[in-house]
Amino acid sequence: MLRFTLRRVLQIVPTVIVVALLIFVIFSVVPGSFATSLLADGKRTADPQLIAHLNQEFGLDKPLTERFVKYVTDLARLDLGTSFRSRQPVLDLIGDRMWASLELALAAMAFAVVVGVPLGFLAALRPGSILDTTTMIGAVSGLSMPQFWLGLLMMYVFALHLNWLPSFGYGDGSFRNLILPAVTLGVTPLALLARTTRAGVLDVLNADFIRTAHSKGMSEAKVVRWHVMRNALVLIVTTVGLQFGSLIGQAVVIEKLFAWPGIGSLLVDSVAIRDIPAVQGTILVIVLWFLVINTLVDLIYAAIDPRIKQG
Amino acid sequence: MLKRLSIAAMLSLGVATMAFADGERHGGTLVFTAPYGSSFATLDVQSSPNTQEEFITQAIHRALYSWDSINNKPVLELATSADVSEDGTTYTYHLRDNAVFHNGKPLTADDIIYSYKRIGNPKNAFPGASYIAIIKGADDYIAGKAQDISGLKKIDDHTLQVTYTGPINPGFSLMQNTTVIYPSNVADESTFGKNPIGLGAFAFKEYTPGSQVVVEKFDKYYEKGKPYLDRVKIVLMGEDSARDVAFRNKEIDVSILGPTQYQAYQGEDALKDHLLEVAEVYTRNIGFNPAFEPFKDKRVRQAINYAINTPLIVERLVKNKAYPASGWLPLSSPAFDKEKPAYAYDPEKAKALLAEAGYAKGFSFEVTASPNESWGVPIVEAVLPMLQKVGITVKPKPVESSALGDAVTSNNFQAFIWSNLSGPDPLQALRCYYSKTPQSACNYESFSNADFDKLYEAAQQERDPGKQNELLRQANNLIQDEAPVWFFNYNKAVMAYQPWIHGLVPNATELAIQPYDEIWIDDTAPDSRS
Repeated sequence: MLRFTLRRVLQIVPTVIVVALLIFVIFSVVPGSFATSLLADGKRTADPQLIAHLNQEFGLDKPLTERFVKYVTDLARLDLGTSFRSRQPVLDLIGDRMWASLELALAAMAFAVVVGVPLGFLAALRPGSILDTTTMIGAVSGLSMPQFWLGLLMMYVFALHLNWLPSFGYGDGSFRNLILPAVTLGVTPLALLARTTRAGVLDVLNADFIRTAHSKGMSEAKVVRWHVMRNALVLIVTTVGLQFGSLIGQAVVIEKLFAWPGIGSLLVDSVAIRDIPAVQGTILVIVLWFLVINTLVDLIYAAIDPRIKQG
Repeated sequence: MLKRLSIAAMLSLGVATMAFADGERHGGTLVFTAPYGSSFATLDVQSSPNTQEEFITQAIHRALYSWDSINNKPVLELATSADVSEDGTTYTYHLRDNAVFHNGKPLTADDIIYSYKRIGNPKNAFPGASYIAIIKGADDYIAGKAQDISGLKKIDDHTLQVTYTGPINPGFSLMQNTTVIYPSNVADESTFGKNPIGLGAFAFKEYTPGSQVVVEKFDKYYEKGKPYLDRVKIVLMGEDSARDVAFRNKEIDVSILGPTQYQAYQGEDALKDHLLEVAEVYTRNIGFNPAFEPFKDKRVRQAINYAINTPLIVERLVKNKAYPASGWLPLSSPAFDKEKPAYAYDPEKAKALLAEAGYAKGFSFEVTASPNESWGVPIVEAVLPMLQKVGITVKPKPVESSALGDAVTSNNFQAFIWSNLSGPDPLQALRCYYSKTPQSACNYESFSNADFDKLYEAAQQERDPGKQNELLRQANNLIQDEAPVWFFNYNKAVMAYQPWIHGLVPNATELAIQPYDEIWIDDTAPDSRS
């Protein structure tokens, strides 16, 4: 298990390096710069001296290779650079917003797991029933609904018409402010979890060892608890892991819609104004988050099913 | 200070009127939303080139000058008077003796000198350096060739002498967000980014990164009896539709409207009476590059202006959230010529002009355009069939908003569509057509006309404001005739406000920038604001 763990953790390193290089290359070749993007809204006239000054200040007048060496050297020292826009260390900017993003992702995932897994389980145990059909229709709708539109719909219903919840903002971390963005963000993983759980459980229910268990006279409840749940869990944990890992990336749209102060809103503004260090840092953190969660998932299901670590 | 709006002034500006209740009321919380961006970049506003930080400035900070929205001109803010030398270059400011920073330090001339030196410090590369450059000796200081700005001289604690590079109106430059005054007694400058200290009516209370800034009434503010509000929450909400829900749900007190919302709000009884409108100082246009052969000929450029039905596009596509443009300077400019008619929609005249210029069979050109709904690809697509009718084929060349500036300032375009600053200072706005202004600065159309230069130079030297405006009016009319751009529209900014809000002003420089110290809330406000 220790070797397996070490191997999985070490696999993160080359992936991070490749991603970091890709981000650098992409944002070095796309047109536009921080200095000229300040003109984008047309609210100020161009000042060539200021543009030259800003390019010099942020090292953008240096050759690409020199900038690349600095980027890699800084990265090796866990220094994500200084934001052009705020002139603060990128790590501090991310640190300021990370908790809000994590809070949102955790709440969305909790909602998805608590509702999606039991629904999928019950649907699989009663295939063809009204519950099964309704769950699957709901799951397909949830998967196909654009999150932006769903978010607006939730605002109209729960904030504007029913007046139950605030429509936007962090509200000093209040739980009421968290509900709408979390539910909106959680609907897609919920739908996917319900479908995956149903498929996984149905698969296990048709397996030979389940028939054997039944023929040995084991009760339905015991079969489900001892055999079905444990075997379906590998698939469910994988789905939860993949979804949880990608939630911070998906939250970009939701954060912007609900004015939620996470790293998504930081990324949106940084891309728009070509704040390259902030963009690189934020994307890197999102990727790292995804990799860490997936590694954890690998380790968890190696523990659930020992055959996996042999492979 | 932005002055409170009177109904007469509002009507003279052609804007919607808003109701004023009698008797300002103290207390309450204003929830003010700003539509730009998704997060505040910094609390150190001197370093910020972004619009969203201007909302913080308005609450916490003050500059030497401020914008008077009613009279449409900069006025003294931190000085009670200024003596101007005969040649118009040296100003002796008599500073307010009752202005106190939020850390308790009284305002002195040292604070202004310190602030301008910080803004111009070459190590900082702050965007406000270009505004400070109007002070004599600032260029050398900004370039790192001098230790001090020679044009700044402290006479005593409350008297400051400033020598400018020419007989200009310094107010336009020294009222900016990036030229506000900080206290000179703060040892660690990084404090300004975490705990801003200013001279404004509200003191900094708390900041939720990426979300909101909360400020509270400053009891030692120099204008007696102000501010009226106890607290202001400034929240960024970039999404129009989300802002719409929050406004209708009475969670926010004001909302800047886009074209679609403007049309919807005008049709709703509960909302239509609480809209504040103003013609802002931005001119939307398609700029022509004279390096592209057909655009060398004035008749071709004029033909395009005749071939496009501008009022129709403004009505149908921009939903009347703009005023059709006649020339470069906007409606609110003192040099705007009300008598000069705009180019009429006349495709036959356009065809005749094209034939005269040798383009009877037409030609094709590319327009570099961002996705912006009011001055981007959708507008190019709208003019496309109109120009097709006179034989001109237009191809939109889409670029991301942040890449548009790059394409234009590097002269890498045949034509571009943009919204450009055309005020509030007409002299500064017309500088963009002065032949000595580099293309990469703001002479994007590489405009060069000897008659215009003469008028502009004469206006630069003219000290009498009336005569100066007359010269600028002539210069602006000349630009209209030369048609270096297609004159599309002047932005009409629209703000929806809740009925309990009073004291908003039609700020033509940016409607979303409001004088928080003048705003008050009446007793019909919901409990959450009381």
